[in-house]
This record gives sequence, structure tokens and C-alpha cells, in this order.
Amino acid sequence: MAVMRYREALNQALREELTRDERVFLMGEDIGVFNGAYKVTAGLLDEFGEQRVRDTPISENTIVGMGVGAAMTGTRPVVELMTVNFSLLAMDQIVNHAAHIRYMFGGQVAVPLVVRMPQGAGHQLGPTHSHSFEALYLHVPGLLVAVPSTPADAKGLLKSAIRDDNPVIFIEHEYLYGQRGDVPDADDGDHLVPFGKAAVRREGSDVTLVGISRMALTASRAADVLAEQHDVSAEVIDPRTLRPLDLDTILASVRKTNRCVIVEEGWPHGGVGANLAALIQEQAFDWLDAPVGRVTGADVPMPYSKPLEQIAFPHEPQVVDAALATLRDV
Amino acid sequence: MTAAVSRPASRGKVKRMATTPAARRGRSGAEGGAAALPEPDAAREWLATMQLIRRFEERAGELYAKAKIGGFLHLAIGEEATIVGAARALRERDYLISTYRSHGHAIARGTPPEAVMAELFGKEGGCSRGRGGSMHMFDLERRFMGGYGIVGGNLPIAAGFGLSADLLRTDDATLCMFGDGASNQGTFGETMNLAALWRLPVVFMVTNNQFGMGTALERHSAVTDLQRKGEGFGVPGVECDGMDVADTYRVVCDALKRAREERQPVLIEAITYRFRGHSMADPEEYRTREQVAEWRRRDPIALWAARLVEEGVLDEDAVEELDRAAVAKVDEAVAFADSSPFPAPESLYDDIYVLGDQLRGWYSVDERGPEPHRGEHEREMPADAIPGREIYDRHASGPHEGTEERPADEAQAEDEDATAGEGRNHDGERGG
Repeated sequence: MAVMRYREALNQALREELTRDERVFLMGEDIGVFNGAYKVTAGLLDEFGEQRVRDTPISENTIVGMGVGAAMTGTRPVVELMTVNFSLLAMDQIVNHAAHIRYMFGGQVAVPLVVRMPQGAGHQLGPTHSHSFEALYLHVPGLLVAVPSTPADAKGLLKSAIRDDNPVIFIEHEYLYGQRGDVPDADDGDHLVPFGKAAVRREGSDVTLVGISRMALTASRAADVLAEQHDVSAEVIDPRTLRPLDLDTILASVRKTNRCVIVEEGWPHGGVGANLAALIQEQAFDWLDAPVGRVTGADVPMPYSKPLEQIAFPHEPQVVDAALATLRDV
Repeated sequence: MTAAVSRPASRGKVKRMATTPAARRGRSGAEGGAAALPEPDAAREWLATMQLIRRFEERAGELYAKAKIGGFLHLAIGEEATIVGAARALRERDYLISTYRSHGHAIARGTPPEAVMAELFGKEGGCSRGRGGSMHMFDLERRFMGGYGIVGGNLPIAAGFGLSADLLRTDDATLCMFGDGASNQGTFGETMNLAALWRLPVVFMVTNNQFGMGTALERHSAVTDLQRKGEGFGVPGVECDGMDVADTYRVVCDALKRAREERQPVLIEAITYRFRGHSMADPEEYRTREQVAEWRRRDPIALWAARLVEEGVLDEDAVEELDRAAVAKVDEAVAFADSSPFPAPESLYDDIYVLGDQLRGWYSVDERGPEPHRGEHEREMPADAIPGREIYDRHASGPHEGTEERPADEAQAEDEDATAGEGRNHDGERGG
């Protein structure tokens, strides 16, 4: 076990998988000589060479498409896109091709492709570099979606993603890159976090908080406030992957607490919370003592100005208020 | 008003100077006369395969009119020499990837016509198990890597095959075919650049059939010598006579050799013409009958047959015999497609994901009935619990019986200038 930053944990995952399987290779803009826009790939070009750590031109749709083709024919590409907003340039290859090829060709091929990208607000990058689009990718059958919030999960989920035979949208977070945490290293054996297994970050009995991506941390801090200032015991769940979704763990928690608030950074309409609230009321209606609450990003393009930006995505006071609202009428 | 920049759209006013066979023929074959004949067995096989593709597609058109085939149906009638000449230049382990107009590509690669026809019928015996349809043929075993419905979508994927060959140190080359319309997509330039930059063993072949759907070449591309469109990206261009199977074969062989041995991607422009409309629902208001008739005089199958007779490889009777054999094979394909079952209702969620021993979180959510459940569980559900069972049964015994005559088929559209496929929405169709 070692303490390291989220970006270092990702780097370690890439290094271990490049070492383990020579079919694995990396492609992306400035991932090599420049060491990556967020330094996730630092040092890998020197270690693995130009064949396996490939700097690409700025051609998102084609980079992802080449990843699709390479994945169909025996290699295991890991494509880095510089931000989640740039992935929209590759939407055709991600949705029409990566996600659908196996199905539309009757199961004859698999597409073991990983597309990594950071998302999230808070760095004053304005409306083209700051969004949270996990809901867009969650929408698409054929894709797997991972949203790791801790360094240990970042490493373990990325290693699992690279070994999975399905296309994976692997959504990192700009804010989280610098966060530290305990991470199993090589001395602890192969650290794999399975897809489809939520993490219960904190056990509680009064309300379930489901936090997506960075919001798992925000929800945990809100749970601290709820316990210290309001005598409310909140259970915090980090789904870690949205497809496959560990709905069973979320439902078991809701059946225990009878209340639920979902926290996400993305937009409210058609968001992860909207989807999850629908599933919860379908599967656990009789256990609910209050409407499922949602705390989401504001329904606006992300503004640049710092005070405006800061009120456009959720913080713990809003989560605390939403949790208390589910308890109010009891 | 934008009169100054608008182009006339009515018949007869649109410039069509480059789309006559004579205008383009002069430049191909410039390297000196007709391409050499192959060995007699190969010469016959090329003819037989072109005839098979022609007869197959003619029948498919008829069956579409009888509603046995749904969706869009894009026929490549007129482009058989481009398809067969290109496919025969490939080694067994090379990859071929194409577009939504690729019944012939699959057949040329060796996919049984039965499996292609069954795919058109939406049957389990189809080469994509009825999930893809006309636009999405696929045959991994024969390395036919698919028809793709998104114009330009297949180019990056082709480069990815080349990348795999590079990384895995094989000498498998890739031939990527696409239409003239696709040469205007962003993926065209992006892929040319990357293929040249990384020296990938890929040959790009633009099938210039003169129209991107209904928009003539000179109205959609500033540069109409499409082979030149790769030069600025480091991909040299070459042209072939796409109505001449031997010329196409020769040019594609040369390009594959360069791609394989020198790691130099090449862009081939095959000059050809589609005799039928873009799809079955195409009143063809964008071209004249005279132009079509002029190109039909260069019918690639008739040209090849005539040359083989002239050079003593075959006699007229043998040509007709091959053609009859092609018709018989199509008959067998239709019989197979008719008898193949529709995919079972419980197979709806098959093959969305590769599921091994992973944890079984919720992959797919089925919300079609009052009891939402995991889609991937439908295989284990009792048959009567599958949502929509009655709807399935109704359709499984419906249009495939051929009782639903379409109001106008291709032939009627030509004769009466009518719009085929009445009542069907053809918005959003694009072409190359």
C-alpha cells in the first residue's frame, strides 16, 4: 500500500497493464513527449516507446475510430481524450461504432477499447472544457461507464477496463487528479476493482446519499455535517460504474434508510439522478418515506467567472439540505 | 436572396460534364492499353462473380418491392467490376471494409449469398444474424469487416486495422472502400493524415459513382479528381477504370503491394457509375436518362464477357451458362432466406456486451413492460414473460410472406417517374 495521487494511480495502472499485455497500447493528443495534458501518462513514452505510446494529431473522431478498428483486430487500445467536451467530436465513433459494432454484426467481434477523459467544473475553464457527461454515455447500450472517485478505484477500475472485452468510457475528474489516497501497489498483488460493484463509503441508517464521480466525496463530506450538526446518520454509496450499475446495493440501502438523495455534477434533465430515481421508485416504491431527492449541476453551460461557476455545481451544504428535506415530514 | 451562389437544381440545368464515361475514360488506362487477362479460370470466376452479384441485387430489388426486405436497399448495379476487381486483389488474410452499399462486397469475399439474402430478410441465418440488415453486412471469417451506415465512419476503423497489423507485426493489408460523398467528411482528411503519418498498410479506394446520393460530383466536391484529394495529406492517388475488372484488379494489386511492402498508403479512385437509383426510393431527378444510357453502354459485365469471348476464353454459350448458374444460386439464396427463422424474441439483448465471468450488475434495463428487469436476463425468462410477445408473433408471420406489395418498385419509378416506397420516410438518408 502506498499513498499517491489519483493521476499517479492511473499512471501505475497504465504502466502495469502495458507491462502485462503487449497488445495494450496508448493513443492520444500530447500523451507522449508532453507527458499528457494532466500528466497521467508521464514517463510512459520513455518506458514503452513510440509504438505503444502514440502521440496523435488533433483528430478526436479518427483517433477513437482507429481505436475501434484496432480493438476489432486483436489489440487493446487505450485512447486518451483531453477533456470530456472533446469527446463530443468523437460521438460518431463512440456511439455509432464502438457501442454498436458487436450487436449490429451479430456478435462476431468484440471492441475491447478504453476511452479515457477527464471531466468536471471548478477550474474556470468555461463552457467548452468543464462539463460532466456521464449521463450521455450511460444512455448508450453497448458502452460501459466508469466514474472513479478515489485513487485506489482509479487504478483498480482502469486495470479492469483494459482487461474487459467491451468498450469502456472511463471518466476521470480534473479536480480529483491531485487528490491523494491509499493505493495498493505491486506488493499487494494485482489490484483490480470489478465493474458493477458499488462502494459503501459510510454506513448509515437515516438516508442514503448516492454520489457520482467527484460528488461521492462531496456526499461523504455532507454526511459528516449531517452527523455532527443534525444527528442524522447518512449512508454514502459510490456506484463507481454506471454501466453495469450495482443497483442491488443501492436498493438494499434504500430499503434500510427509506430515503435517498442522488448527487451529481451534470445537468438535471435526463441526468444520472433522473434515471436512478426512476429505477429506485420502480423497484423500491413501498420502502420510500419521501420522494427521491436530487442535487445536480445547474441547468446552464458552465460559466467562467469564479463565483458563478462555484454556484453552478453542487457543494455539501446543498446536499445536507436535500437530505434534511427527505426527513422533514417524518 | 442567395441567387448569386445557388446552384440550379432542376433537371437539365445541372452541369454534368465530368460524369460521362468518355470524359473520364481518357485518363484511366493511360499507363498503356488494356490490363492483361488473368488465367482463364480466374477470368471466368470474375465474370461468374460479377454475374452473381448482378443477379442477386436484381432479385433483391424485386423482393424489396414485395416488402420481403425492409429498410433501405442500396444496390451497386453497375459497380460490379470495381467490387470484384478490388476483392480479387486481396490476400485471404487481408481486410476489406466497405459502406452501406456492400451486398456485393460480402459475396465477392466469399460470404454465401444465402447468408447475405437472409440478412436482407432480417433472419437469424443472415451474416449479421438479422441485426444489421442491408447496410451492415459482416463476415469475420472471410475478413469482410463490414458495411457501415455512417458515411465516412469506416475510414478511421480501416486505419485501426492497419494499426493492429503494425503492432502485431503481421503483413495483413487493409482495403477501405467508400463513396465519392465520403471524401467530403472530416474523417477522410483525418484518416489520410494519420495513415500516412504512421505509415499504415491501408489502401483507400473511393468508388466514384458520380453521385453522393442525388448530388452530382461537381456539385459536392471542389476537386473532382478525387484521387488528388489525398495528396496534401501524404497519400498519393491513382485512378482505375471501375468498369473494367482487370484494370481495377491491376491498380489495386499495385496499391496493396505499396501499402504492404513500402508502408505507403494509396488512394485509388475507381471511376464507375451506379445504374440504379441511390436507394430503391429514388426518382432520379438529378440525372438524365441519356446519361444513364450512355454509362450502361459500358456495363462492366457485358464488357468483360465480350472481351473473354473476343480473346477466346469463353464462347457465348458459356457466358449464358454462367449467368444461368448465377440465377440458380440466387434462387437457392432466396429459398434459404425464406426458410431461415426470424431471430427469437428472447435474443433481443444478445451480443450487446461480452459477458464472461464479470459481476452481474445491471447492464441493460428493460422498461417495456410493467416489471422492469435486466435485459440480459431475457434468455432465462419464460417465453410468455418476454415483453411484446404478441407484437413479435404478429410481425413474424406478417410482411415476410410477401403479401404487402409496395406501391411502386424501381422499374415503375423509372418508367413512370414515380416516387417509390410511398409511405416510407426516407429523410436522413445520405450517400457516397
